Amino acid sequence: MDKIISMLRELHPDIDFETAEALVDDGILDSMDIVSLVTAIYDEFDVRIPADRILPENFNSAAALGKLVNELIDE
Amino acid sequence: MKKRLAAVAVCLSAVLIFFALQALLTPKYITEAQEGNLLAEYYDSGKNHDVIFIGDCEVYENIDPVVLWREYGISSYVRGSPQQLIWMSYYLMEETLRYEKPDVFVFNVLAMKYGEPQSEAYNRLAHDGMRLSGSKLRSVRASMTEEESFLSYLFPLLRYHSRWSELDKNDLKYWFKPAPQISCAGYLMRVDTKGIDFIPPGQELPDYRFSGLCYEYLDKMTALCRENGIELVLIKAPSLSPYWYDQWDEQIEEYAEKNDLLYYNFLEMSEQTGIDYMTDTYDAGLHLNLAGAEKLTRLMGELLMREYDLTDHRGDAAYREEWDRIAAFHDRVKAHQEKELAENGYLSGFTYFED
Amino acid sequence: MSFTSFSFALFFLVLTLLYYTVAGKKQWQLLLIAGYFFYACADPRYLIFILVTTASAYLVTMRFTALRRELGRWFDEHPELTREERKRYKEKTASRCRKWLLLAVLLNFGILFTFKYLNFFLVNLDSLFGLFGGGLPVTSVRLLLPLGLSFYIFQTIGYVADIYFGKYEAERNPFRLALFVSFFPQLLQGPIGRYNLMAPTLFASHAYDSKAVRFGLQRMLWGYFKKIVIADRLIKPVSTIGGAPEEYGGVFVLLGMLLYAAQLYCDFTGGIDITIGSAEVLGVRLSENFNRPFFSKSVAEYWRRWHITLGTWFKDYTFYPLSTSKAMMKLSKWTKGRFGPAVARRVPVYLSTVILWLATGAWHGAKWNFIVWGLGNCLVILISQELTPLYRRFYERFPKLHRSRFWDGVQVLRTNGIMCLLRTLDCYASPGAAFFAIGTIFTRMNGGALTTDALLELGLKPADIAVTAVGVLIVFAVSMAGRSGSVREKLARLPAGVRVLLFGALFFSILVFGAYGIGYDAGQFIYTQF
Repeated sequence: MDKIISMLRELHPDIDFETAEALVDDGILDSMDIVSLVTAIYDEFDVRIPADRILPENFNSAAALGKLVNELIDE
Repeated sequence: MKKRLAAVAVCLSAVLIFFALQALLTPKYITEAQEGNLLAEYYDSGKNHDVIFIGDCEVYENIDPVVLWREYGISSYVRGSPQQLIWMSYYLMEETLRYEKPDVFVFNVLAMKYGEPQSEAYNRLAHDGMRLSGSKLRSVRASMTEEESFLSYLFPLLRYHSRWSELDKNDLKYWFKPAPQISCAGYLMRVDTKGIDFIPPGQELPDYRFSGLCYEYLDKMTALCRENGIELVLIKAPSLSPYWYDQWDEQIEEYAEKNDLLYYNFLEMSEQTGIDYMTDTYDAGLHLNLAGAEKLTRLMGELLMREYDLTDHRGDAAYREEWDRIAAFHDRVKAHQEKELAENGYLSGFTYFED
Repeated sequence: MSFTSFSFALFFLVLTLLYYTVAGKKQWQLLLIAGYFFYACADPRYLIFILVTTASAYLVTMRFTALRRELGRWFDEHPELTREERKRYKEKTASRCRKWLLLAVLLNFGILFTFKYLNFFLVNLDSLFGLFGGGLPVTSVRLLLPLGLSFYIFQTIGYVADIYFGKYEAERNPFRLALFVSFFPQLLQGPIGRYNLMAPTLFASHAYDSKAVRFGLQRMLWGYFKKIVIADRLIKPVSTIGGAPEEYGGVFVLLGMLLYAAQLYCDFTGGIDITIGSAEVLGVRLSENFNRPFFSKSVAEYWRRWHITLGTWFKDYTFYPLSTSKAMMKLSKWTKGRFGPAVARRVPVYLSTVILWLATGAWHGAKWNFIVWGLGNCLVILISQELTPLYRRFYERFPKLHRSRFWDGVQVLRTNGIMCLLRTLDCYASPGAAFFAIGTIFTRMNGGALTTDALLELGLKPADIAVTAVGVLIVFAVSMAGRSGSVREKLARLPAGVRVLLFGALFFSILVFGAYGIGYDAGQFIYTQF
């Protein structure tokens, strides 16, 4: 979880990712950020987020993203 | 209920605004292209004509009905428009029959040379002045060039909307009233002179056959006249240009013979008409001036009287009143043009208007 | 049957009347017939294309459904399967689905390629061979390009991909799917719709709702205003300037850029307003395609606000699948070993962005101009991505400036300037001509050449300039008013009388000031000889 937050912070140092809950809906994360995250997560956790899981609800908050990664690791 | 009433009121005012805008933006044909009003003037005439001339400028600039009236007592009208194509002529005959049944239709055959729609401008000059009727719509259909839309003849606003930036005082003045009279029973007078001492030669054509479409309409004319017991006379006015080829003349002669019609080619009858192209034309042979038109009309009247034994209406009060008025207008136009010519040395066009 | 033709007006009127009267419960069936009729009016042969695309989408998605149901049944019948075994079966089904997906994509993009790009491809292949002294026997094939092909093929492929990804259930009724592909308002120019968003209103039965009809008609009217009064009036000046870069250099290039920005905006957003408005009259909701794009502060933002449905299509069906694919991840890992983590992190994003923009460029047309245009957009976006840290430091130094309206304005102007430069590629015959024209801005700046006569030659009479200026001001004002919520909702709160006057004025201004029909030219009427 901490790792995900630090990945996010690297992209946008000015956002408080502990509390933000509409990262995609508010336009903080754009598609390039998302792909950068997917790449970093693959690099870090060795888990690939497939395109059909790239949905706003999975990227709107650090917690949601963490949950998604855990699910994918379990699969 | 109140809401419905409001809706009706809104729709009604929209329609009113539409027609008001349309009336404002449609050309009035006052200072330019006055020929646009020629066909419209017919509707106010007495509609008791013995003879009606149909065709292009070779009738409305060359035939003067006042001469026919004064010298033979013939009541006649010229239903002419610039570059009138043969289908327009046919539908004009058809339309005329809604109002009256003349004894004779005289058709000028120059239009046989055009086998397809020609120009949007002339289509407009012909149809803008016509009242809405089946004949008009069929005429529009037959005449339209590819770029034109049928709907714009029903609603001229669709054609003339962009005139908003060119509106002038005449558009306001004649917004809701008809344009002033310009013709004498369809005749457009010019008194100036520009002669010519040779016949401009025609260029050789690849094919001299008239198009099948023209023959189709000529057949329809013949049939229409026959059905209604009207005599059809074909003429070729004595204008030197556009060139009238012998090959064309032969075809018309052949057609007239086959259909038992009279055909006069006035180009070949200069001895009888007495037209002198040095004095009787105002634009070097394209159109006759008043002097020329009088000569031509005089012969035309003589031929008509001889062939069809038309009634002389000069003693008939029902005719006299209207024809006196037309003749008086005719003479005022003549006086006005002669004065203008004397003052300026030239005529700038048709400049006489009475309100 | 173009939206601005009288026949469309008649078609739409008759359809709407039938839709709310005799159609009853068969409204969507009527729309299907109307769609095919509308398309056949352009050319009856087009119907073959749309039928092939529809049939392929239907068969393939039905295949997905069947394969997955089979798998589900197999799992139900064999509860003893281990997790590993289940995974294997799942993988097998997925791989079979993938083959079917590939079939649908290849077939449809094959059609698109053949009819839209084959000639372009042949010509370029020929010149390539020419370099080696060879050549192709054929460099041009006469093919008809069905209207709207790229729009409905994209829409349909999006649907197939959604079903493949399992986003929602496949449509079982082929006729309903056929309507989704051929819904007439969006058939020719989008927006590229998503099935799950359209289905609820597309297939529902709609009672006559005066507010929906009124709103729809108002929106259509607004679209017609932008299209007929402004965009169509600028066709001639823009094409004249673009057609003669030698003659119209310097200040005319700038003028051309501005006019083209106005023309393109009014043409495209106007067309989409007519599309969405006419769908609204019929009770169908379509996706918005624009969100005041000219107020964007960066090119990337511009592309999130301009032609939105194309942007999201490429994002969902090209960019993400490509950038998160196994191959891309492996490539990233491979680069990490050789070039370090900074490069590795960028590889998926950058590579996919380049491919995305090549595809977007090609989508716009089979011309080198659009390829260069796509790469130009890509370059700007990647550069600004790289500059992000720099900007961040800059903003940290000048926090006040960062939050000021002035700075917003600078960014908006900068974005529009860049977009204007890129759009020159639309207007000139070749990329070279476009670059040449841009060059003349610096080499032959000739403000004095912008005379009334020169404008007249471009087809801009003083009256046209006035109408364009007022029209653009109105569009701008409406756009500004849209910053704080829906303009139509605001209008709806006005007294009815004011609204009637407003829309009445809009209607009559289209009728009178619209650039349609044969331009009345008094000169035509002065005859010289006949």
